[in-house]
Amino acid sequence: METAVFLVFALLALGSSLVVVAHKSPIYSTLSLVLTLFSVAVLFVLLGAPFIATLQLLIYAGAILVLFLFVIMLLNVGREEGIPGGHRAQLVAAVLGALAFAVALWLLLRPALGAAGTAPLTEELVSLSGLAQELFAEYLLPFEIVGLLLLVAVIGATVVARRPTADELAGGVLAAGGAAGIGGVAGAGGMGGPGSLSALDELEAAESTAASWAADADRAGGGARPASFPGGAEPGARP
Amino acid sequence: MSAGASDLLATAIKLAVALGILLNVVPVMVWVERRGSALMQDRPGPNRLGPLGLFQALADAVKFMFKEDVTPSAVDRPLYLMAPVLGLLPALTTFAVIPFGPDVTVRGRLVQMVIAPAQTGVLLFLAIASLGVYSLVMAGYASNNKYSLLGSIRASSQLISYELALTLSVVAVIVPVSSFQLRDVVDYQQHHVWNVLPQCIGFLVFLIAAFAETNRLPFDLPEAESELVAGFHTEYSAMRFATFFMSEYISMTSLSALGATLYFGGWTLPGVHVSGLLGAAVGLAVLFGKVACFLAFFVWVRWTFPRFRYDQLMRLGWKVLLPLAILNLIVVAALTIGGIL
Amino acid sequence: MSSTIHLVNESLTVPVSWYLLLSVALFAVGTAGALTRRNGISIFLSIEVMLNAANLALVAYSRQLDQRTGQILVFFVLAVAAAEAAVGLALFIAVYRQRRTIDINRINLMRH
Repeated sequence: METAVFLVFALLALGSSLVVVAHKSPIYSTLSLVLTLFSVAVLFVLLGAPFIATLQLLIYAGAILVLFLFVIMLLNVGREEGIPGGHRAQLVAAVLGALAFAVALWLLLRPALGAAGTAPLTEELVSLSGLAQELFAEYLLPFEIVGLLLLVAVIGATVVARRPTADELAGGVLAAGGAAGIGGVAGAGGMGGPGSLSALDELEAAESTAASWAADADRAGGGARPASFPGGAEPGARP
Repeated sequence: MSAGASDLLATAIKLAVALGILLNVVPVMVWVERRGSALMQDRPGPNRLGPLGLFQALADAVKFMFKEDVTPSAVDRPLYLMAPVLGLLPALTTFAVIPFGPDVTVRGRLVQMVIAPAQTGVLLFLAIASLGVYSLVMAGYASNNKYSLLGSIRASSQLISYELALTLSVVAVIVPVSSFQLRDVVDYQQHHVWNVLPQCIGFLVFLIAAFAETNRLPFDLPEAESELVAGFHTEYSAMRFATFFMSEYISMTSLSALGATLYFGGWTLPGVHVSGLLGAAVGLAVLFGKVACFLAFFVWVRWTFPRFRYDQLMRLGWKVLLPLAILNLIVVAALTIGGIL
Repeated sequence: MSSTIHLVNESLTVPVSWYLLLSVALFAVGTAGALTRRNGISIFLSIEVMLNAANLALVAYSRQLDQRTGQILVFFVLAVAAAEAAVGLALFIAVYRQRRTIDINRINLMRH
């Protein structure tokens, strides 16, 4: 019974990871990765780690991959043209290299497993309270550091991904975070590739238009007027 | 009968009961929604089919089955066809960790009244519920239609934002209980008071996040009828559309059952102690009574409030609910350490 | 009462080395993908496959050696993967803003 479950989910994991790596469309890759994660979570349960399995589903499949999908849809990432990887020779070389790497890894890691016979799964290994004890006693410092790491990541991601504010545009390249030419791109909003406006472009175009209407309204009328007059007369133009 | 086989049979019976109830909730909810909204809007509502219009849902089901099944030619077929079904799976599966009765001894074997007595009970519920996003995302993307895409972008960001507040409010319930299993939560509430009293803020956060997680008004921007045509399910007709709103109702039911179990004592009532299979039946009835109250509340809120705008929605999720949930957690943790809870 | 209730106190019918083999295979697949894809996000997904393979190996070892260290390390790896995904995707958004593409052949500053 256990062997059957293992075989099914191991093949599923391997198959879906091949789809992740080989499919041209990033959306299909991401959805296959969800399947891979799900299969690996089942394997975790078989190995006596139900908490980790649930966490993998909750965090990885439930949050991180949704973020991936969100960004893929936002940036309108298209399908890759041609053979993924470009040249045939490059593809073959990479696959062979990976295989060789796998063999080397196997030869390296296998002996560390020790004796072939495995002891029965102890209740101790599976217990949740035991995991919590060890995590918060022995590994308290790494736990706190990981918390700090996540905070840093959140701040970093927010700073890197947001649109440069008007001050930063005016204040020069350095203030905007070191990437040259952001000013021209951000100002022109929808100046994307021919015909393929991504959701991000439309969002930014809408934002900058709304911002400029709001600025006009403030200048002309000097009040808190809604900046949503599509094509109408400028508010406050007629006193 | 061997131990393994009898466990399997017990699980099969529990599954049949649970599925029977969950799948039948949908037509009942359709009727409740339509008559309830009519009541609130001072109009009769469906009253032609059967007494009080009770067979309206049956008529709707027949209509959906016979409607022409149109698949637009420009859609991404595999994703388009998979999305509705994929929405049903998490909705139905999450109910598996909810206890609906006391432990029963049948022919010498202890049978728990839970379909899946997992060690990580509540976490498993949250994990599977978070997989529900994918069906909305796939539907919106596959439809090859900018309104659907917008709907699914909004859906994905809304769902992951409110998932955080939901998870934190659930964690606050778990802290005094010291176990993820829902039967222990119910047990705790039997010996103390229902969790809604000491953790009212947590319950409020949970309730609001539950509305957002199920895409119910006032958080139904992904389906926003007046803005996005029909949001992520624009290109779906007939039975596929019916599948989408079936999965919405079923996830509402599961989440209500979770809320009832976490905050209102689940299948227990103070003072009622029935054991054996009769106790299981009573427990099931009590649980679904509470779920019915939640569902009625869902319907009530839907026809009362206007929809949130996207930026208001995100602001509420991140700047209001998350800090409240964290505050609730800190207070509960402090009280637990202090021995009060 | 746990979900692994039938597994506790039973020996594995599937040897742990099979799990390790699967982990190595997944890692190889991920590596091949990371080396060959042109699309930035696909490379990122292949890296996630590699991280998963490593997690599987850690849990397999944890089972074999009957120590919880492996599981705890996986916990940390999950957290780090989340942080890395967030920052990486933010970087992609920033790069897209500037270059209008995330094809790695075209965002190569060193080539020109």
